[in-house]
Amino acid sequence: MDSVVSLRQAIVLLGGFPALAGADLDVRSGEAVLLQGPNGAGKTTILRLCAGLARLESGTAEVLGVDLATDRVAVRPHVAYAGHRSMLYDELTVAENIDFWGAASAVNDDERWAAADRLAVDERLHDVEVRRLSAGQRRRVSLAVAAARRPSLWLLDEPHAGLDQAGRDVVDQLIADATDAGASVLIASHELDRVRRSAGRTVTVAGGRVLEAVARG
Amino acid sequence: MVEARPRVGGAAQAVLVAKKDLRIEARSRVAINQVVPFALLVLVLFGFALDADTAALRNFAPGLFWLAVLLAAVLAVHRSVSVESGDGVGDALLLAGLRPDAVFVGKTLALGGQLLALAVVLLGGIVVLYGASIEDAGLLVITLIAAVIGIASTGTVYGALLAGQQARETVLPMLLLPVLSPVLIAATRAWGDAMGTVATDGWAWLALLAGFAAIYSLVGAMSYGTLLEAAHV
Repeated sequence: MDSVVSLRQAIVLLGGFPALAGADLDVRSGEAVLLQGPNGAGKTTILRLCAGLARLESGTAEVLGVDLATDRVAVRPHVAYAGHRSMLYDELTVAENIDFWGAASAVNDDERWAAADRLAVDERLHDVEVRRLSAGQRRRVSLAVAAARRPSLWLLDEPHAGLDQAGRDVVDQLIADATDAGASVLIASHELDRVRRSAGRTVTVAGGRVLEAVARG
Repeated sequence: MVEARPRVGGAAQAVLVAKKDLRIEARSRVAINQVVPFALLVLVLFGFALDADTAALRNFAPGLFWLAVLLAAVLAVHRSVSVESGDGVGDALLLAGLRPDAVFVGKTLALGGQLLALAVVLLGGIVVLYGASIEDAGLLVITLIAAVIGIASTGTVYGALLAGQQARETVLPMLLLPVLSPVLIAATRAWGDAMGTVATDGWAWLALLAGFAAIYSLVGAMSYGTLLEAAHV
């Protein structure tokens, strides 16, 4: 299978601090990988680097065939990054956010709203401003916006945080659907038991390095 | 491995961003509830400072008008930056694949539209409060448009420059106002001619103003992507 993510001795500095201190990682096409490790280990930085949202200081990083050292912009439209923040405009309604981000990414109307349905975004919330939503509702909308773009690589940072049981199931289904469709998924999470059920491989990150990779089964 | 994705054209992206900003403004009503009253208050305070001397107010009306516009513009620019500083929206803009120059044009259009509306209200204010009169409406309107483009494009650039800064509320006016002083000077002179308060060639000042607006718009469109990257990556 093709390698979707390939990091070799990747170093990323955040304000002079080496958030990644020589990380090596490979993710193959259609694979779901769990990143586990303590707070501050570098999990989020790996996700941001793969999304083209962090500057590679040294080493090599290739994502979806794009060399991030020379062109981190080209990879962005092909990945979905869902971090701790909603990435939505608080003062726009749910429908306005879905329409804006869909139009910005050249996603047609049908695909935008099909994604919202898949993420079970409640129709009664469509005309509600995002700032009035709960954290879980925001996360569903945020994931729906990302799903509409049909990304080749999902980068999920604590995707179950703030979600109720039904929401967690929806996220699990989203991960399964993504890998079934051939996309790859990189998940940083502290909910190890839950994510291990979706992920084919678990990778431990600590001190800005990838320590070990354990395949399921 | 990645294939080029279909993209919306640059002009359509700019319109999309401008409509989004104006929709947010229409809902939050920051300009209507805060910026416009602030600018009107500044005009009234100028009147108090000059002791309601009608002749002096009429003579200085163009300068007082543009000073009020610039002070209010700082608030409007800050608001325009805040819109993109919310809950990870900067990251989302980068990931959406929007062209940076289109985002710049869209935000400049939205900010410019708000400043234009503000300027029309303030124009009514100086006519009513200061007794200002208009002798060359063409010069006045074209100057207004050129100055608004200059202020909006400069404000959008400096807003992006300070997007990631904690202290941008205080730093923004210190950086923005000096850079906008050519607009203040040229627009005041041109309006002085248009209102018959200064014997000068207003069209020459307008040409200078238009040159400034064009340069800042061009520099803004070219540098906006770098500034966005610096703020969010």
